[in-house]
Amino acid sequence: MSDNSAHDYWKSNIKIVLSLLAVWFFISYGCGILFVDALDTIRFGGFKLGFWIAQQGSIFVFVILIFVYIHLMDKLDDRYNLESSKGEMDIAEEDSQ
Amino acid sequence: MSVQVWTFGFVFLTFGLYIGIAIWSRAGSTSEFYVAGGGVSPLANGMATAADWMSAASFISMAGLISFLGRDGTFYLMGWTGGYVLLALLLAPYLRKFGKFTVPDFIGDRYYSQSARLIAVFCAIVISFVYVCGQMQGAGIVFSRFLEVDITTGVIIGMGIVFFYAVMGGMKGITYTQVAQYCVLIFAFMVPAIFISMLMTGIPIPQIGFGAELTEEFGGGRLLDRLDGMSEALGFATYTEGQRTTQDVFFITAALMFGTAGLPHVIIRFFTVPNVRDARRSAGFALFFIAILYTTAPAVAAFARTNLLTTVSNVEYTAVPEWFSKWEATNLVSFEDKNNDGRIQYLGDAEQNELEVNRDIMVLANPEIAGLPNWVVALVAAGALAAALSTAAGLLLVISTSVAHDLLKRSFMPAITEKQELLYARVAIFVAVLVAGYVGINPPAYVAQVVAYAFGLAAASFFPAIVLGIFQKRMNKHGAIAGMLAGFTFTAAYIIYFKTINPAADNAANWWLGISPEGIGSIGTLANLTVAIIISKFTPAPPKDVQAIVEDIRLPGEAVTR
Repeated sequence: MSDNSAHDYWKSNIKIVLSLLAVWFFISYGCGILFVDALDTIRFGGFKLGFWIAQQGSIFVFVILIFVYIHLMDKLDDRYNLESSKGEMDIAEEDSQ
Repeated sequence: MSVQVWTFGFVFLTFGLYIGIAIWSRAGSTSEFYVAGGGVSPLANGMATAADWMSAASFISMAGLISFLGRDGTFYLMGWTGGYVLLALLLAPYLRKFGKFTVPDFIGDRYYSQSARLIAVFCAIVISFVYVCGQMQGAGIVFSRFLEVDITTGVIIGMGIVFFYAVMGGMKGITYTQVAQYCVLIFAFMVPAIFISMLMTGIPIPQIGFGAELTEEFGGGRLLDRLDGMSEALGFATYTEGQRTTQDVFFITAALMFGTAGLPHVIIRFFTVPNVRDARRSAGFALFFIAILYTTAPAVAAFARTNLLTTVSNVEYTAVPEWFSKWEATNLVSFEDKNNDGRIQYLGDAEQNELEVNRDIMVLANPEIAGLPNWVVALVAAGALAAALSTAAGLLLVISTSVAHDLLKRSFMPAITEKQELLYARVAIFVAVLVAGYVGINPPAYVAQVVAYAFGLAAASFFPAIVLGIFQKRMNKHGAIAGMLAGFTFTAAYIIYFKTINPAADNAANWWLGISPEGIGSIGTLANLTVAIIISKFTPAPPKDVQAIVEDIRLPGEAVTR
């Protein structure tokens, strides 16, 4: 991989990480802590919304965030031909030749 | 059959399973001993990480704590799960690409410095050691309450089991026993939760039952509204409202998140998968498996609290249920009839309150309080032991690799052969087991408090040093060392001052910026980052080959061959 495309790959990587961390911060620290009382005025089934996000919702969001990250990074790796399971087989074949 | 017979049965069965796995997965090389040969599937590693992570504290104490803290308990829930997002996005893939055995390996190589390596070894041992003592105590409580053997015997049995599979199999043995332990602990946590949810709301999914209508038998109405109402009527804080200040909750959550991402026994789990993609995947699986317990825990907390308030409040003391008298015998529940009316007044007002309930018993006693069958009660004991032992094993491995690999092989005795290194690793784990066992039997009073602070210390030392090592190529050894020392010293000093030197001053009025010692690790993290960045600006850039390491770990690719 050339220095240039390595640089581009890293920039895209940083962009993915930062945007997911923005959601992470907004949900946990924003909705779960800073604005929790305001959100509590909204009812969500048998829950106050702020309380629900703080004790349950945020955890679901965390799980989803990591799986979105896995998906986006897999796509990015494929675009730059980095370490797919196929790629590893190619290397293994080259070695055996 | 009685609870005790069931408990013996379950404990015997699960322990037999762990020993069987240990015999099947003996380690033959240092790579197998330290990182299970790097061949663990991401799914198995996810389960192992979840069991490694969820300790006696998560299993036994957390739901109980939340049921007394109400909404403030949120910082445990978010703090101990949100850290996995940081771990997955900022650490795990890059550390896997780096492809060595330990956290001090990374710190020492990335910061091209023996001093940095030794500081990292010191932090790893201190953090893991405080943490392991808490696990031993947890195992001791379960043994003494459910098997009615004394704590010493309990701890010795527990240590014997851990010793067996940790010494034989190292990381390989630990990983596959942790997979089994995850299955045991999640089953043991979910079965009573589902039963209680069915009983109280008629809905078998606790996460939904949490917000549902109570059945007629429990008086109807939404669970949380009823709980708020009952709490207020008895003079307790409203369950769904916070008591702590917003900034304190904010900083405690941050400290727990950064700490989670910086705990060495969790980080090294990501060295065991084959490649970078699998490292990301296994972080996802790990949090998924953890989330099953962590989203159930607040529901269990609310059920338990409601149940407790309805079963004991204003009840004739002579008519209390059997569980009450049983726990009273252990002094974890105590009643004092202040107004001599023969009834239990459980009230928020300390002057009139007649009942003290230890928070740690909520999960263990909950199935009994709800009147579930004996086998369910016994299952909880086996689950609690699985949680305590799996975490203890992971921590002991960190201690043993720190000594055999980082201290001997990489620092003081580089000439030793692989066979000798393996022998030293086994000896180190043996010694660590003995010391942890001793501390479990003779717990120093401060240990229980100190466990939570392992997080603060991990947050203030490792987390920033690793993140900077990956994301800032210019970060050099001077910055990283100064940062780690500043973060660790500041956090340790703040905690020691309020917890040991001057505990009388440990209240909001004296805290710096209103941040409790539990939350100070987040400021330690910031101090570490700031000091590291400033110092690195005024000192020489790292050598070219180190910058090349950073370039390399940023790109996935064939894993470094070990």
